[in-house]
Order: sequence, then structure tokens, then C-alpha cells
Amino acid sequence: MNDNKNIRVVVGMSGGVDSSVAALLLKEQGYDVVGIFMKNWDDTDEFGVCTATEDFDDVVRVCNQLDIPYYSVNFEKEYWDKVFTYFLDEYKAGRTPNPDVMCNKEIKFKAFLDHAISLGADYLATGHYAQVRREDGRVELIRGVDENKDQTYFLNQLSKDVLDKVMFPLGHLNKPEVREIALKNNLATATKKDSTGICFIGERNFKEFLSEYLPAQPGEMQTLAGEVKGRHDGLMYYTIGQRQGLGIGGAGDPWFVVGKNLKENVLYVEQSYANDKLYSDALTATDVNWINPEVVKEKFTCTAKFRYRQKDSKVTVTVLEDNKVRVDFDNPERAITPGQAVVFYDGEVCLGGATIDKVIKEEQHLEYVG
Amino acid sequence: MKEIYLDHAATTPIAAEVANEMITVYQEVFGNPSSVHSYGRKARKMLDEARRLAASSINANEKEIYFTSGGTEADNIALIGTALANRDKGNHIITTAQEHHAVLHTAEYLESIGFDVTYLSVSETGRISLDELEKALREDTILVSIMYVNNETGVIQPIEEIGSILKEHQAYFHTDAVQAYGLLEIDVNALQVDLLTTSAHKINGPKGVGFLYAHESVPVQNLSFGGEQERKRRAGTENVAAIVGFSKAIELVKLEREERNKQYQLYKELFVQQLREEDIEFTLNGEQENTISAIVNISFPGTNVEQVLTNLDLSGIAASSGSACTAGSVEPSHVLSAMFGENNPCTTNSIRFSFGSANTKENVIEAAKRIAKIIRRLTN
Repeated sequence: MNDNKNIRVVVGMSGGVDSSVAALLLKEQGYDVVGIFMKNWDDTDEFGVCTATEDFDDVVRVCNQLDIPYYSVNFEKEYWDKVFTYFLDEYKAGRTPNPDVMCNKEIKFKAFLDHAISLGADYLATGHYAQVRREDGRVELIRGVDENKDQTYFLNQLSKDVLDKVMFPLGHLNKPEVREIALKNNLATATKKDSTGICFIGERNFKEFLSEYLPAQPGEMQTLAGEVKGRHDGLMYYTIGQRQGLGIGGAGDPWFVVGKNLKENVLYVEQSYANDKLYSDALTATDVNWINPEVVKEKFTCTAKFRYRQKDSKVTVTVLEDNKVRVDFDNPERAITPGQAVVFYDGEVCLGGATIDKVIKEEQHLEYVG
Repeated sequence: MKEIYLDHAATTPIAAEVANEMITVYQEVFGNPSSVHSYGRKARKMLDEARRLAASSINANEKEIYFTSGGTEADNIALIGTALANRDKGNHIITTAQEHHAVLHTAEYLESIGFDVTYLSVSETGRISLDELEKALREDTILVSIMYVNNETGVIQPIEEIGSILKEHQAYFHTDAVQAYGLLEIDVNALQVDLLTTSAHKINGPKGVGFLYAHESVPVQNLSFGGEQERKRRAGTENVAAIVGFSKAIELVKLEREERNKQYQLYKELFVQQLREEDIEFTLNGEQENTISAIVNISFPGTNVEQVLTNLDLSGIAASSGSACTAGSVEPSHVLSAMFGENNPCTTNSIRFSFGSANTKENVIEAAKRIAKIIRRLTN
């Protein structure tokens, strides 16, 4: 325990219960803990109030309870350049981006990690539900024990070198246990509601938010056969597999988004959840990151997730040139969405991930998906 | 690691004599100064003495001293109270872009309720231009508010010259003298200022108390309503212990001003000298010959404020920069932006060090060594 006091751990604190408990656990383990709040987005309203003010105030209260120093750091510019610009570009391209993956890659575990190191930190800790295993000179990313909360999906772009400087103090806990620890220790954030949605949008209406940055171009909703079913508000507001908000009434099964035609500004819809048009049997993905590249073979089988909180599916991965992969599914998959991450697992080990680019069915690129 | 305090412009340690005086008041004098009995009179007597001392410290009349909860409230009364009371004479106010937020945000508020405000620029020296002031003056100008010493750079404004310019004009002249009071000799008549703000905790007094000087001839509308304390300009039972503590601090500073200036100037010189001996790059912001002894503002190229301040604190050194935003994140300094332009790196790589009673020759040198080490690490 006494050795830990010479190990400085910077904890990324959001003002939520998870990072509060992460800091508490590290403090209990005797580390030299420093709490830092990251401000990535300015949502100051006309009265000068921003949610970051409230959140930072919670960080302050928790850090004072734990008797650790606290600071904040501003990455608004970096976030805008690296995450938000990507986010908008992907929507412009008709895809469904994953800003959390990008934020982890570019901000939390890059700009913020650099900042932590500049403060003499030995490790950066966050409240993510994930684990790092250091064994035989290998550093591995392991799923969090809580199946419902496991966040390795969002961490798939981290490198081994980065993970080696990271601690996830909550990885071995279930969310209810984390709440319980917070309550038992009377932490100021013990009963604070978990944040939902994308961090910079918060609780706001997504459509309204996006329309502030991208011009919406309404157009037609058609079946793949060309039958007009109604109007859409702008392609960017829809994602593959979506059912809500289409406004197509009438008899029969509900309607779903199956694809987009950016050029013609048409949203493709088809009827019924299990519609064949929503299914595919392979994909290609770009920007592959292998956490331990040396263990990856040219072609191998493993499991994969195509969305957060989805069950794993069995796949065969073929490594292609230019940092790309092809992923063949053992069973057809529904609503594979370009722009989202495909993340690979070998049992509990997260191998890495990539960005879904093209969706394939019977060896044909499904043009209507994107 | 021993902590070193280089943030006296933020606040100062309370002097032992001040604390003792306050404890005595708390223990022995609890009366309300407005009460018509012996308890009240005892408190009132202390209040009167404190007011007399405060008045004499700036060569004013005791009827011109209004105790407030501190510099911010005094600035608010000076600006809003004067603007509202003199609206019949005009609608125009002049201030500068480098004021403390207690003035700047108050001026913005006045704009929001219909006043017209001109913000004078400052040059790289940190000083305003008297020419620009003269050009900005209008027939309907009712108030000019220009701070005496800037809290970030320590640069002194030409208050006496401004006073002469305004002498023949209807506009009242307010100066926020929070950083000047105690270190510069202030005579409101010689300076020809009509309103002046001070604060106790910058001169080793308690927090939560300050005073506004307002010349007898200046109409000032009260902003708080209630009892008739402070000649009806500031309702609410007086904070007697704090006011007595403040007057003790004033008494001490009157005796020690020269000595303190000499000491703080020496600390500054030793500190800067040590930094020069270390192998780091830095520049001093603001015209040094017009800067008070206690403050130095230093730009460290290639760094950023958050990183430096956090590192300084983790190595036991307390300093600061421009005003912190509410989320704890440091925004670019509006003072340095006014001096160097918004996109100048100085606005995000400058640190204010301010010297005072918590310093010794040894600890300022030690601080400079630790700072140099950090800067070297961050810039390599």
C-alpha cells in the first residue's frame, strides 16, 4: 500500500458517479490521486449557465470529500477539430458516426493522457467499465465484469502503449456495486442520474441539435422498388434499422429504414422487422486497430459486436491491405450501419476494432446502405 | 514539499494583529451599531473610529466612506448607483477593456439596461491612452471608471492625469483601487477622483469587507433597501468585526507601506533574477517601470496556463492567471487580450505571481527554481 503513494494517478472526472467511485477506490488503494475535469464542449446558455459548471461543481465536492486536488482542463478546440468535425462529416456522408469512440481515441486517451503525463502522472484512470490485463509483457483490454455496462466497444481504438498507462478501477465491479460504494461513502454524486446520449448533445433533442450545424434537406421516402411512401426530414436524421419517426401509417407490419441514396436524397424504407433487405452477410471496415497486432493472423475466427450492447456474433476476419478488414458473419446480421464500429473479441479479450464502411450480401456491395 | 504562496493579489494572509482585534470584537462587542442603548453605542463607536481611519488613509472626509462587503460590491454601487442617479445628465459611460470583472460585467449590465458604454483600449504597455480618453468624452458622459492598478499585470494607470482631464467635465471619475490601496499613496483630492473602491483582504485584512469612497457631491442611488445604515446607501447591519479588522489592517499598512514596497520589490527582483539564471524562455508583460512592487505577469512561450498552473500547484506553488471560468477551466485573459490582441499566445501562456507577507527572500528564490524546472520539462 505504501508503495502506491509514490504512484501518481490522474483520474478523469466527469462529475458522475462512476468516475467519482474510480477516484475513491484509487485513493483507498493509497495512490497519489489527482482529479481532473475535462471541458470539451461549450454549451453556455444566454444566462451564462452551462452543464459543465454543474458537473465541475460535483467534481469539486467529491474531490474535497476524498481530500484530493482537483483541476480542470479545456479541450474544446481539440474536441471540435478531432471529434465534432468528424461527427458532422460522417453525417454529411450519410453515415452514422460514433463520437464516443473518436473521443476516446483522440481526446480522453490522447490529449488528456498527454496532459496527465505532463503533470507527472504514472497512470491515467477513468470510470470506464473495462479492464486492463498486464501479463508476460503483454497488455490486453478485457471486458468489464458487468455485461450490461462493458465499455470496451468504445475503447476499441486504443493502442497497447496507451493501455499500458491506463487504469480502469471499476472494471471488476457491477454498476449496482458502484452505486452502493458511492452511497456507503456518502459521495456527493451517489444518487446523481447517469448521463445519457452523446455528451455534447446531452438531453437535448438530437434532430434540433443537428439542424443547427447541418442544413436539412427533406426528400422522398421510397421502397427499394421505387414506391413513394412519404417524405423524410433530411437523410442525416435516420439510421439503418430505425423504426421510430417515419410516420408511415396504414395496415400491416411496421416500416424500417433500410438505406439511403445520398445523390438522389432518397430514404429507403421497407416493411417488417425481419425484412430481408435489412440483412447482410459480410462487411468491410477501415481504420483497423489491433491492440496487440502480433497476435493477429491473416484470417481468423472470433466474435464481434456491430453496435454497443449487442450480443457477440461469430465472424471470420480477413485482414486486407490499407488498414482494412473484411468480416464474414456466420449468420446473417441485421441493420449493419456504416460509420459504426465493429469490435472484435476473443473470449473476454477485446482484440481491437474498425469502422464499418461497406455492407455486403451475397458478395454484392449493398449500395443502398451506403 | 513546502508550499510557497505567490498569489497575494488574489488574497493575503490575515495579519495577527487584525485577527486579534476581530476576536476581541466578537467576544466583547456584539451590539448592533444602530441600537439606542449602550451595547449599540459601543459598536457604533468602533465603527466611527474605523470610518475615520479609512477616510484619513485616502485624505477623504469620513462622511464619504461607505463600508461594503468588499471590492465587488463597492464597484457595483459606484457604477450602477452613480449611473442611475445621474441619468438625467446623460447616458454615456467610459471604462476600459482591462477592468476587473466587477467593473466590466457591471458595465455590461448597464449597457443591457440602456446605457451607452465605451471601452477604452490599452496598449502593449498595459496603459490607456489619454488622447483616446479625451476623444471618447462626450457631452452626455456621466461616469468614467478606470482601475488604478490592474490585478493581472500590476500596471498602474495615470490616475492623476485622468483626474485633471475630467476636472472640467461633468462626468464623475471612479477608480477601482483594490490592488493599489496599501501600496500606493492615495490622496483622493490630489488625484481628483470622485469615487474609489478598496478591499480589506488584499492588505492582510479580513474577507467580506471593503469601502467605497464617494465624494460628498456625487449623487449615488442605493442598490440595497432596508435600514438606514451607511447614510442610506447600503442597507444592512454593519459587519462590525470585519470593519474593525479592516481598520487595523489600514493602520498597519500606513505604518509599513514603504517598508512593504521595498520588500515586495526585492522579492520580485530576486524572483525574476533567479528565473533569468535558469535556462528558460520568458517575457514580462506590461511596462515594468509602471508596475507595482507586488505583481509580475510572466509569459512562458510554448506552455499553456492550465498545464503550468496545475503543475505549479502539484509542486507546492500557488500562483494564478486570468480569471477562471465557472467550470474551473481557465479562459484566455481578457486583460492580456486587450493588450496584445485576442489570438496572441501571451493570453494563454502567462502566469501572475504576486508577492507579499507570506514571502521571504529564500522562498521566492526557491519558487523560481521549481518553476524553471517545470517550464523546462514542459517546453523540452
